[in-house]
Amino acid sequence: MSSQKNKKLTPIQQEYQAFAKEREPKKRVGRNILRAFFIGGIICTIGQGLQMIFIKYFNFTQTTAGNPATAILIIATVILTGIGAYHKIAQFAGAGTIIPVTGFANTVASAAIEHRSEGFVLGVGGNMFKIAGPVIVYGVFSAFVVALIKITIQWLGGM
Amino acid sequence: MLKGHSSWVFDSKPVILSSATVGGPFEAKGNLADDFDILHEDLWLGQDSFEKAEKKLLEQACEKVVEKAGLKKEDIDFFVSGDLMNQITPSSFTARTLGVPYLGIFGACSSSMEGLSLAALLVDSKAANHVLAAASSHNASAEKQFRYPNEYGAQKPPTAQWTVTGAGAALLSAKGEGPKVTGATIGRVVDMGISDPFNMGSAMAPAAVDTIQAHFRDFNRDPAYYDVIATGDLGKVGHRICKDLLQKHAMNIPEHILTDCGVMIYKKDQPVMAGASGCGCSATVTYGHFLNRMKRGELKRILIVATGALMSPMSYQQKESIPCIAHAVSIEMEV
Repeated sequence: MSSQKNKKLTPIQQEYQAFAKEREPKKRVGRNILRAFFIGGIICTIGQGLQMIFIKYFNFTQTTAGNPATAILIIATVILTGIGAYHKIAQFAGAGTIIPVTGFANTVASAAIEHRSEGFVLGVGGNMFKIAGPVIVYGVFSAFVVALIKITIQWLGGM
Repeated sequence: MLKGHSSWVFDSKPVILSSATVGGPFEAKGNLADDFDILHEDLWLGQDSFEKAEKKLLEQACEKVVEKAGLKKEDIDFFVSGDLMNQITPSSFTARTLGVPYLGIFGACSSSMEGLSLAALLVDSKAANHVLAAASSHNASAEKQFRYPNEYGAQKPPTAQWTVTGAGAALLSAKGEGPKVTGATIGRVVDMGISDPFNMGSAMAPAAVDTIQAHFRDFNRDPAYYDVIATGDLGKVGHRICKDLLQKHAMNIPEHILTDCGVMIYKKDQPVMAGASGCGCSATVTYGHFLNRMKRGELKRILIVATGALMSPMSYQQKESIPCIAHAVSIEMEV
């Protein structure tokens, strides 16, 4: 806990939180990192394999093969989310299933499924990007900032 | 009648004429499956939304409890109910179905005992002859409202808890045979500054301790007076903290007496992290398991301390800490 947050707490609250902390199970960070590394790695390897298949058998180039490979991973994630398996894998894999494109597909699909009961417009349409929205907003914004930096450096003759 | 600072003694000893519990598929695989009146295989209960499924749970518990008491809906004077949903819609919609005068309450997961203590107060003060107290929660509707979509793949920490899909109802009467509600202690809001919604056990434990202390101070009783003192839904983490905190405050409750509904309801191999939570947790364990054991003569006196976390999905996004509460109700046989 940051010292910033601690300042807002009374001494009794701080004492209790230390007391409780001793009795809470620790997050198994080492184990989680290893699992994330291997599951995330497996997903990326599958993606790479798909890309190579598209290049070798379907006449895609190095740059264009990424699109169908990603699409297959997304479709597979959406199916796994739909049958209720994805969140069980994710409980095991942690960041391993969140970081690859599969994680993004899962946020959109899970929110869409969840809010189907509120109808297609206000439910599915309105909530589909509930979790994915921030990723898009800040992803696009940071891409914009990076592009500005690149253009500025080029303009100054740096690249 | 007021006893001490924050307790009520019910001199007329309102009787729990009957009780009923309804559970979902996960509870059917749990430790206390035999104590449910109705168990559902389908999390949706054949409805087209989780919210409607929760309403159905509560409706079934209420219908069953009236049927078990051999009464008709028209005999019920008041219906006191609470749940976790925004604007307590499962309770209010069930009240619409029942057509009984209704008092909607919100005490988060403590609603079960808040409802029972108010129902006992109504009967004890002769404001009613028959009062129906109920509470419900549904795993999927609670996750949807308070956390993430059910199918979203976020890893839950080991302190997280599993919301019970279940509803429990008890029918209180001025006279009759059965376990009697003899007293209640109304809790204060306690906030120890914990703001993590995946760590409710730690947040709620101090509220449970505060109410337990208040109860024994007001009634001037020894903890051994009870056969069981059960907190509502602290889970493994909160239960351990509660036990140690009571010891720290020089309240020595024998280990075999102090338990937690959230620890009891599921089996060890069920993936519930720290245990169960929700209004349905204390409601189904109390109105099912504990009352059954009382009727079998295994327990004479029990104290249920239902714990509740009074936050909203918005309050924790705004970085507010989680205020918690606990209400205790004592239920006794043959008094």
